[in-house]
Amino acid sequence: MSAPDTLMKTELLMPQEKAVAAPAPKAEVDDLSFYYGDFKALKGISMPVYERKVTALIGPSGCGKSTFLRCFNRMHDLYPGNRYEGRIVLHPDDTDLLARGVDPIEVRMRIGMVFQKPNPFPKTIFENVAYGLRVRGESSRRRIEDKVEQALDDAALLDEVKDRMHEPAYNLSGGQQQRLCIARALATDPELLLFDEPTSALDPIATASIEELIHDLKQRVTILIVTHNMQQAARVSDFTAYMYLGEMVEFGVTDELFIKPKKKQTEDYITGRFG
Amino acid sequence: MKPTELRRQIRRRKRWDVIFTVVGIVALMIGVLTFAALFADMAIKGVGRLDWDFFTSFPSRRPGQAGILSAWVGSTLVMVVTAVVAVPLGIAAGVYLEEYARKNWVTDLIEINITNLAGVPSIVYGLLALGLFVYQFGLGQSILSAGLTLALLILPVVIVATREAIRSIPQIIREGSYGCGATQWQTVRYHILPYSSAGILTGVIIGMARAIGETAPIITIGALTFIAFLPPSPLSAGPFDWLFSPFTVMPIQMFNWTSRPEAAFQVNAAAAGFVLVVMTLAMNGAAIYLRYRLRRNIKW
Repeated sequence: MSAPDTLMKTELLMPQEKAVAAPAPKAEVDDLSFYYGDFKALKGISMPVYERKVTALIGPSGCGKSTFLRCFNRMHDLYPGNRYEGRIVLHPDDTDLLARGVDPIEVRMRIGMVFQKPNPFPKTIFENVAYGLRVRGESSRRRIEDKVEQALDDAALLDEVKDRMHEPAYNLSGGQQQRLCIARALATDPELLLFDEPTSALDPIATASIEELIHDLKQRVTILIVTHNMQQAARVSDFTAYMYLGEMVEFGVTDELFIKPKKKQTEDYITGRFG
Repeated sequence: MKPTELRRQIRRRKRWDVIFTVVGIVALMIGVLTFAALFADMAIKGVGRLDWDFFTSFPSRRPGQAGILSAWVGSTLVMVVTAVVAVPLGIAAGVYLEEYARKNWVTDLIEINITNLAGVPSIVYGLLALGLFVYQFGLGQSILSAGLTLALLILPVVIVATREAIRSIPQIIREGSYGCGATQWQTVRYHILPYSSAGILTGVIIGMARAIGETAPIITIGALTFIAFLPPSPLSAGPFDWLFSPFTVMPIQMFNWTSRPEAAFQVNAAAAGFVLVVMTLAMNGAAIYLRYRLRRNIKW
């Protein structure tokens, strides 16, 4: 795709009146389809992901939002029989994340992920956060310590764990574990951070702290979040995409999408008539 | 339905719980009591014979002077060879099958074969080893041949235990590791192996406990039944000379004594059997303890 093409697509998706405020896209999804074997789970999705903004993916269960999210870090490559079509272009270097020549490891080194259920490794708190650095071959104890501390601070967990860095991570509460997983992802300075329903296994207080954290994090990292909770999407995101049956129904500025959706289908979903 | 009728009906349905409990206890007791009786019989007959000399004497024509020195040293050395060979091979095969191999009909075929291998009579392994290790490779009737034979015998057990331990690791842990940019080997090295080590170790020790009691394949490859010297020590001879030494093992020593007509040798056999069972139980005890220790720090 040539550069003007990209621009046009962005304009199509972005309402013109908002274009002034539109930030640069960190990534652009271009006609992405995804197959689990013969089943076409995603059908020609195109949308931008704006830099240092939070973009939420909403839609009823089984609409493909998690499948879509997991395309960004090539998680589907772990399982046989999966196939991508189309492109996800990551800026500023315009790397197509789905290209055959691009190693999924490279993609995952640039794009971090936080999972639905907190999944700390059965190791110490310190080792959990240090893991990404270790797999990159970082051997300086000092640099690892600095990075771990910084990441825990960024994940608003440092004060709670600084005296027990070498205790097992599973001693932490569910909310703390999820923040630990966020710290683990942050430790390697990802360009884009994927959240797959990060609060669905947490209580309301832990959920609030994660949402607050996401809000703070967008100062420095682009965020893409899948949520089944529309209120959450409305609270944390700047842009929202509504998906249904593997298709992108509507993408827009969160406030506009929730207050004045363009499509009847979106309106039915967000007003609770459906889904 | 009235409450009284309800209660009667519950009682009627619960009768099957009682019946099954009784059947279960009986089934359990048949196994437990048989073992207990055998063990007690052996202990009563043999314990009196156990003293320091019994462990430090070579076999002898005179039952009162005969001991199990060459047998327990032989068993221990054979077990060392078995472990050194079977553990790395078994773990590597298990990890490959679970983490690396594509799931297709070839791996299915391999899986079926491994499961079947675990059920092949041990004498068959003995025959294979006689042809392959003893004659083809020219390893002779040695500790090395015996260790390799028993390693083959327990390899399926180690592979299956490894695979099962790996399978119990939640997928989300793997995804977490890959999500951090890890390679497959890093995921195996930092997660799969450490978290499955408890299960693997249990499988290894259960396999070893089986191997230490094996007689048939060891006799087949030509272990001696009477031997009055020890393998050369690695300090005095070459470091690996002991591998090629003739040997005997505990169950063969026992078998040899039970086939003697003198009653005093039966006592020796019981004493040796007691030692062998205690060795096996100690290995199983170690497996349980280590599993507990290793699992304590692993939760998901």
